[in-house]
Parts: sequence; structure tokens; C-alpha cells
Amino acid sequence: MRVGKLPARKARILAVRYLGAGVVTLLFLFPVYWLFMISFKTPDEIYHVPPLWIPGQIQFSNYYVLFRDGDVLAILNSLIVSGVSSGIAIVLGTLCAYSLARFGTGGENLAMWIISQRMIPPIAVVFPIFLIYVYLGLVDGYFGLILLYTAFNLPYVIRMMRGYIVDVPLELEESALVDGLNRWEVIWKVVFPMVRPGLMATSVFTFVFAWNDFLFALVLTRTEVITFPVMLTHYFGGQSNFWAKIAAMSVLGTLPIFVAVSVMQRYLVRGISLGAVKG
Amino acid sequence: MADVKLSGVHKYYGNVHAVRGVDLTIADGEFAVLVGPSGCGKSTLLRTIAGLEDPDGGTITIAGAVVNDLRPRERNIAMVFQNYALYPYLTVSENIAFGLRARKTPEIEIRKRVSEAAEMLGIGNFLQRYPRQLSGGQRQRVAIGRAIVRKADLFLFDEPLSNLDAQLRDEMRTEIKRLHHEITTTMIYVTHDQVEAMTLADRIVLLRDGNIEQQGAPLELFEQPRTGFVAGFLGSPSINLIPATFRTNGPGAAVVFQTGGELTLPSAKARPLANMDGRDILVGIRPQHFSRAGGPLREGVVPYSATADLIQPTGTRTFTTIRIGGTDAVAELQAHDVSSHGERIDLAIDLNRVVLIDPASGLVIA
Repeated sequence: MRVGKLPARKARILAVRYLGAGVVTLLFLFPVYWLFMISFKTPDEIYHVPPLWIPGQIQFSNYYVLFRDGDVLAILNSLIVSGVSSGIAIVLGTLCAYSLARFGTGGENLAMWIISQRMIPPIAVVFPIFLIYVYLGLVDGYFGLILLYTAFNLPYVIRMMRGYIVDVPLELEESALVDGLNRWEVIWKVVFPMVRPGLMATSVFTFVFAWNDFLFALVLTRTEVITFPVMLTHYFGGQSNFWAKIAAMSVLGTLPIFVAVSVMQRYLVRGISLGAVKG
Repeated sequence: MADVKLSGVHKYYGNVHAVRGVDLTIADGEFAVLVGPSGCGKSTLLRTIAGLEDPDGGTITIAGAVVNDLRPRERNIAMVFQNYALYPYLTVSENIAFGLRARKTPEIEIRKRVSEAAEMLGIGNFLQRYPRQLSGGQRQRVAIGRAIVRKADLFLFDEPLSNLDAQLRDEMRTEIKRLHHEITTTMIYVTHDQVEAMTLADRIVLLRDGNIEQQGAPLELFEQPRTGFVAGFLGSPSINLIPATFRTNGPGAAVVFQTGGELTLPSAKARPLANMDGRDILVGIRPQHFSRAGGPLREGVVPYSATADLIQPTGTRTFTTIRIGGTDAVAELQAHDVSSHGERIDLAIDLNRVVLIDPASGLVIA
């Protein structure tokens, strides 16, 4: 009797759990859903009372306007700035991390000092940086933003990659050195494949940091290189807000992150848990 | 094929003087085993030969060329590590071929050598598997395979069997010995296990605190140790060291135990101590030199009556703890020589092979 009952009880508990998880998921996904829906609505539908859950007809005019007016260039700017700065930060950071992990560069404290740079409140340094950038003529250009995001992402990359590299058994590298590889080849052929999940996870995070930055982009750009978060603020007006453009632009700005995370998902989970275990 | 010569090699780690001026020559094709307790510098010495550590003094010569300034890959050596050091993201076949690909060996040649090595080591069926799908013993075979295909001048083994269970270790030891007979490359093997050292080596180099304590053929070290440390390190169970006083007695001589009782030494053993009457010495008797008394005793074999304390049968032999000179000593007897705790047994001790040690210097006197 009892044996028969147990699975039923377990099934009920499981059902309640799934229900709870479902409710929480819906709650969290609702703003995203609403954003997507607005982006497909006409102005009348956007302001309709009571709110319309689904637009009467899916139409892309809100997106068309963004392309027609060249606003989507902001997405391209963000892609260039975030992509290039993450790439540089990953390459330089991984090499620095290797040096810290394997050669003990800087002794005990350098690694901690490097990560402490991440703890500075960005707002505290943004105006001094602005003044320096004005002096150097770096405001409102790709190079200035790329330089800044690289500098801000480097400590994070170094910190994360150092942990992953320390986890690679030293004997693997020594064996490769004896077998005929030089140090660069060891990094490329032994260390890199071993830390790949961590490297992918770190890459996604650096990209997202740069992609989502608003503060520096707002202060350091004017008209030439406007990134996606700054472009969004242009649609909030004193008289009215352009909700259609805001929604469409937000969707376009979310897509690259969505794609990046989807493609890297397998690595992300492993990469994050690897770091967690090491502590 | 290559000989290896170390002269005056030093290595420091901060304040720790890990290798203290080691001079060592290993002949072409020789199987040398560096053995010693933890921290004696044996692994450091091996890593210095490999080029994974830079010596702080002295010269290392491989095949007649000084290699101090050469990188590991320029020394034409192959090395097998304790933790196998297999690349988890490569198959067995790719792991074995790794060093050859690094040296841009033609693919046809790589395939030929990989299959030869796989056949020699009995891992032909696993070539497409990944290391995680193999047992410990199979992994170590792959690691050895990776070394073999390189056809290097010199093979280095850094405690390759330490991670294996006892039975597998015995098997792999035999394999490595056979391997050396087949490929006759110079091999340097590091272990802390004296059984591995004794069974594998053409020559044992016993290290202690960064110095060579003694080197020579396994039986030479076992039978003619130069110091008490060597006598104590080699042999399982360890040699029994019993404190006593040396007494001359006319033409003969004896060792007198502090708790009473004495053993008369054979003249060959007594002669070097002729003028040392009254000196304290350590009497080293190996467990194998005890036997059950029966029949007439040979020259140098003395009777000794004892009470069996602990009895540890191993199947073929039985280790029995007895008291001798106030010290616990282990006697290795035939399986059925002793049966119960507290049993009175008449033993014979072969003093022709006793080791007499000066307790002050630790040197073997006779």
C-alpha cells in the first residue's frame, strides 16, 4: 500500500514545484514579453486602455523607422566597441593571467591589486577621464571607448583566467615542453583547450559589461560614436516618450546578448561552475 | 642513446638547498633509479636533467653535450609523469602522437610509430578512446607510449607508478623492465619505493638531503651498505638496529647488549674492530638472516632463543616480532615456523652478514 502511495506523493510535490517555478518564470519574463509586444504595436495600440496583450497585427514599422533614420548604427557602434575591447581584454588578460599563475609575476599581492581596480566606482573616475580624453582628443571616437572598456575589463579577465589556469595541471604543460613545444605553443595547444569553458564564459561577461555600459558612453560620446544604451535615452523627451522606438531599439539591443548567451550556454554553465569550485 | 653526466649540480628553492653538489655518471643504456625519502632532492634532480628546473650550479651533460642552457625540447628527452599528464581533450592516439606532431614528423611515420607503440604496450584497442575512459594502468601505458614513440636519447620517469594500486604497480613494473630490455635507451627513474628501485635498477642512486648517500648495483647496496641510512632504507621489512657494546675476547669478539646477552661475531666481522673494545655500536640484522635453528650451525651462525610476540603471516613467509637486546626486532621465518603468540622459538642468526654501524657517524664499520 505504502509503496504504491509514495510515487503519487512525490508526483504531487513535483507538480507544485514545477508550478512555482513556472509562476516565477512568467513573472520574470513578463517585462521582456511586453517589450517585444510594444515593438510590434502601432501608437494607438501602445496607448490603448485597457492594455492589449497581443497586437492586432504584427507590423515592423517601428523597426523600419530605426533603419530609415540610421539609428541602428548605434547597435553597430556597440558591436564594434564591445567586440574589439572584449577581444583585446581577453587576449591580453589571459596572457597576464598566465604570467601571474605560472611565473608568480608580482608575487602574492599583484593579483589582488589588479582586481581591486574593478572596485573603483565608475562615476568617481568618469569626469577625470573625460578631461584627459578631451585633452588627448579621444572623445566621441571608437578608440577612446575601446581603450576604456579594455582597461575596465582587464582586471576581471585576469582574475577569472588566473583561476582557470591555476587549475590546469602543471604536468600537462611540462610534458608538452619536454615533447617539443615552446611556451607560446604550450599556451595555445595545452592551456587554451583546457581553459576553453572558462575563457568562453569570461568572454561573454566582458562583452556584456561593455555592451551594457551607459555611464562612460554617455559622457565620452557626442554625435559620432553613439552606442546603443545612449541612443535609447534620445527617445525619452521632455514632452513625450517614443515608446515604439524605445521598444524596437531595446529588442535590437537585446538580440546580440541573447545570441551570445545562447551560443555559449554550454560553456557558460561549466565556466561559471569551474570558477565557483575554485573560489 | 646517450650517457648522462652531472657534475657539481646545485639547486636552491629560496633558502632550501635541495640538491647539494651532486656528481653522477649514468652510462649509455643504463637503467638508473634515483631513490630516497621525501624531500631528498630526487625529483628536483630529475627535473633539472629534463630542463624543467635550472640548476644553480654545476653542469649537466647529455650525450657529450652540455645542456644547461638548452630548453627541455632541445634535449631530446622523453618524460613520464606521476599523474600521467595526458591531454583530456585528445584521444589516446592523438596523445601518443602529440610529441611527434610537435616536431612536425610526417603523418605516415606518426601512424607507424603509434601503432608499434600501441602494440608493444597492449593498448591497440583503446586508440580512439579518451583518457577519462581508461583505467589508471591503461593511462600510464599511454603515457609511456607517448615517450616511446619519440625515440628520445633519454627516458625520464618521475614516480610513474605511485598512483596505481599495488597489483597494477607490480604489473607495470614488470612492463617497464621489459621495455628497457627491448628498447635499451638510457633511463632515469625516480621513486620513493625501495622495492621498485631494487627490482628495476641496473644501478641505484640513493639520495639523502640533496646528496648521494651511496650508489651501485641493487644487491651491492643491499649487502654492503656504506651507512646505517642505506642499510635502513633498503629492505622490507627494514633492517633491525640493536644498540650494543663491542667487546674483544682474546682472539674473538662479541657484541654485548645493554640488557644482557651477547652474540659472538665471526672473525671476518670482528677484524676491522680489533682496537675498538668497549665502543658503542648499532648491530644491524636483516629479518631474512633469522631462521629456525635445526641441525649443526655453520661458522658465524649463532643460536638465539626468543619468544614470538606479533606474528604476521604473508602466505609464503611469516614476520615474527621478537625481543633482542631490549629492542623489538622482526624475524622473517618460513610460513609455518611459528604458530602462536608467546611461543618459545629457537632461532639461528647469520652474523656473517650482520652490519655493524658507528652510532655517532652513522657509517658502517663492518
